[in-house]
Amino acid sequence: MTTLPQPGHADGQGAFRAPFLSRMHEWIATADHKKLGVMYVTTGLIFFLIGGLEATMMRWQLAVPGNTILSPEDFNRLFTMHGTTMVFLVGMPILLGVANYFVPLQIGARDLAFPRLNAFGFWLFLFGGLLLYFSYFGAQGLYGMGSAPDVGWFAYAPLTERTYSRGHSTDYWILGLLVSSFGSIATGINLITTILTMRCRGMTLMKMPLLVWLMLIDAILIMIAMPPLAAAQVMLLFDRLMGAHFFDPQGGGSAVLWQNLFWFFGHPEVYILILPAFAYVSEIIPVFCRKVIFGYPLMVAATVSIGFISLGVWVHHMFALGLSPMVNTIFMGSTFLIAIPTGIKMFNWVGTMFGGKIRFDTPMLFSTGFLAMFLIGGLTGVMLATVPFDWQVSDSYFVVGHFHYVLFGGLVFSIFAAIYYWFPKVTGKMLSEKLGKCQFWLLFIGFNLTFGPMHVSGMLGMPRRIYTYHADRGWELWNMLSSIGVLIQIAGVLFFAWNVFRSLRSGKDAGADPWDAWTLEWSTTSPPPEYNFEEEPVVHSRRPLWDLKHPEDPDWKYE
Amino acid sequence: MPSLAMVSSCLLGMALALPALAADPPICADGAAPSPTMFAPRSIPAQKILDVSWFVWGICGLIFIVMAALMIWCIVKYRQKPGDDTEAPQVYGSNPIELAWTIIPTVIVFVLFLVSARTIFEIDHTSPPPDSLEITVVGHQWWWEFDYPEQGFVTANELHVPLTRDGKSVPIYLTLESNDVIHSFWVPQLAGKTDVVPNRINHLWLQPTMTGTYVGQCAEYCGTQHANMLITVVVHEEEDFNAWVANQQADAVNDPSVASGRNLFLQTSCINCHRIRGTVANGTFAPDLTHLMSRSVIGSGVVANTPENLSTWVYDPQIIKPGCRMPSMKLSPEEVKDVVSYLLTLK
Ligand code: HEC
Ligand SMILES: [Cu+2]
Repeated sequence: MTTLPQPGHADGQGAFRAPFLSRMHEWIATADHKKLGVMYVTTGLIFFLIGGLEATMMRWQLAVPGNTILSPEDFNRLFTMHGTTMVFLVGMPILLGVANYFVPLQIGARDLAFPRLNAFGFWLFLFGGLLLYFSYFGAQGLYGMGSAPDVGWFAYAPLTERTYSRGHSTDYWILGLLVSSFGSIATGINLITTILTMRCRGMTLMKMPLLVWLMLIDAILIMIAMPPLAAAQVMLLFDRLMGAHFFDPQGGGSAVLWQNLFWFFGHPEVYILILPAFAYVSEIIPVFCRKVIFGYPLMVAATVSIGFISLGVWVHHMFALGLSPMVNTIFMGSTFLIAIPTGIKMFNWVGTMFGGKIRFDTPMLFSTGFLAMFLIGGLTGVMLATVPFDWQVSDSYFVVGHFHYVLFGGLVFSIFAAIYYWFPKVTGKMLSEKLGKCQFWLLFIGFNLTFGPMHVSGMLGMPRRIYTYHADRGWELWNMLSSIGVLIQIAGVLFFAWNVFRSLRSGKDAGADPWDAWTLEWSTTSPPPEYNFEEEPVVHSRRPLWDLKHPEDPDWKYE
Repeated sequence: MPSLAMVSSCLLGMALALPALAADPPICADGAAPSPTMFAPRSIPAQKILDVSWFVWGICGLIFIVMAALMIWCIVKYRQKPGDDTEAPQVYGSNPIELAWTIIPTVIVFVLFLVSARTIFEIDHTSPPPDSLEITVVGHQWWWEFDYPEQGFVTANELHVPLTRDGKSVPIYLTLESNDVIHSFWVPQLAGKTDVVPNRINHLWLQPTMTGTYVGQCAEYCGTQHANMLITVVVHEEEDFNAWVANQQADAVNDPSVASGRNLFLQTSCINCHRIRGTVANGTFAPDLTHLMSRSVIGSGVVANTPENLSTWVYDPQIIKPGCRMPSMKLSPEEVKDVVSYLLTLK
């Protein structure tokens, strides 16, 4: 089977529709960064629906105290699968997919540096995900010993050891993630190489669009953070299948070691997920404010320092572990430190809005939503970094609220911003603004209703990952509100699905540059041809299309 | 779109008001709030945590208000006017402004750091404070063992501590150990949580300031019944605590009127898992039952300790706490009645 791109397909758009099988073959055998990008994002969105369904079932169970919709085992599987899915099978593929599609376009390249490695990475991710979900059918193991994994997404040892987790569900968790994280590492390498070596003429590092900068740092973080996870998982596999004792305290192993290894991956992972969010809004906000990004060099500096510092904060997930006060204090300091570059980014985005002429099209609406939600998530993060407060609320619903503000209000809102922004480029069709705005408001209200009250229930003593609670603890109201919020969010997601479906069938034609934007991807057709650009672009500034559109006042005069 | 500004400010304001909403819980006569809230501290470390938390909330709240105001201002003020399709003036950045918003957060963060660091060192005791009462807490899937080495007995699921010793406030110094997986000991009104980790010895300092019954629960996911690994802490006046200790120190009562239930208990495998001091029942896998009836709850708090619940439990604990480590003992209803009438004498 050849995986080389086949000539003669790109120009055939619309004119002639190949039979289904050969179209399938084209997608399966492709090594084109744009096709792979679309496949990543589509798969990610499908997993998003699955993960959302899991969350819905959990909220149904928790809506009232003492509910019996789900058995404890089922509930424990659901939150494990929900967390694992959202992080590894939704966040990762979507961010890799968008990078796949737009990094080459924004730097004026023809493809990623290693197209076939890229395809390999995608298929590893997909089959890793399928392997994980196959556990629902295949991990029966001993009778009654469970199907899907039920150890939580950070899978603390020794709960994952064979003594406490019988059957094969945990093995599926390990192998599924192992496979898919190899895919991520491959794509990370690919992105770094591409960005460093394949920029078009004139694009120095300091002339790269911010998205490219952020994805460069992101890819470096992937390369640093993923291998420790893979190593830890292999060690765990040794424990489980070959009787090693790395994480088995009864055999002299260490439960703390797993936490160190996991969070040495896990914390950078949080930034791996949020940097792309920064990337999307850093592209979108300037375009819709009709203003250049405020303080580009400082934005780059902040990005790099976030990357660095994020490698040195992992212990803040372990403040309640009973480490020495000195260790806790040091990691509290490093965690506070990361608030500074993050704050700078917030200020610079708002600085970009200041004095602009803001158009609230759907991408900007979602980006504004991102700013507001990420502001809250960032500030609750500062609270959590305060060790004494963390001793109260770590592993409580406060934390659940916090990271959903960051990852849902932050990442997912920015993903929707990105989809509304780039969908016209990818498909050549506009999404409906009206449906988009309905979706935004439903999601925004539903989201806050779901996750706002969680901060309260956490401070009232509700731990996370409990399948039931007593009525006398003062948590009913907050849980009920959270569950109602989910219904509103579901409505929002339905609007989105309908919007995509409708516009694919009968959307308005987008043209090459519907938003009057400034980066290179908008200089080619929508969708771009297989070779991306007819001739290799040459740039003189960070906003090549601005220079074209405003020859009297080009950027390169000021940069 | 002013509606955007309005709705977002409403929501954001609501988010801000949430802690305030939770701030004033009604208080029961005995000092316990109806819920395990961190807003009603009844112990010195919990109070210290709340104090520093208010400080952090205050600062974060201020930052929030400033940022939200700026954002709303921009949203309202800088919307593109209809019909205007010119570009905005391009501002590439400003060194003084950017310097300002690098330095100001740095200063804020530094202050936060110093204040919280002080509290960390005040609360985190690596050795027992002078004159403290030491108790060992052992986490099991899914119940708690409490070991009073000074007083020489072991009990389960209900931690009893005195408010004072010799008339003076007494620090309680818990040693936390786990028998299996990681748990976490969390009673928000008394202290922050500390994990209970196998092969590792952790400590937690409490110093109650008011008598009462406080609830909490395991806060680290530990398997099927994590949700029902609840904690009850009873803070007594000194005399009451001494009376409680005296009772716990005694061996189990041997009431001849329930001899048949007692024999049945001693002949079944109950004794492999449970201990009843003064009998041959010597198991350590499960809660000590010597003074079962001195406890208000069973199954680490999943239900109240009533004769009906006990009967259901002895008949089949999986009905009450599905997945728990006590199997159904397959006793006939009569046998259950016998055994329970024996258990009911274990005052
Ligand atoms: C295989 C070991 C095992 C055997 C045998 C066993 N139990 Fe248990 N029992 C447990 C465990 C473990 C718990 C704690 C369950 C929990 O809270 O999760 C428990 C809890 C209890 C409790 C509640 C204690 C409390 O304070 O919460 C009672 C009462 C009890 N068992 C009675 C009995 C009786 C009576 C028998 C014999 C008919 C028996 N058990 C046999 C393991 C056992
Ligand atoms: Cu536990």
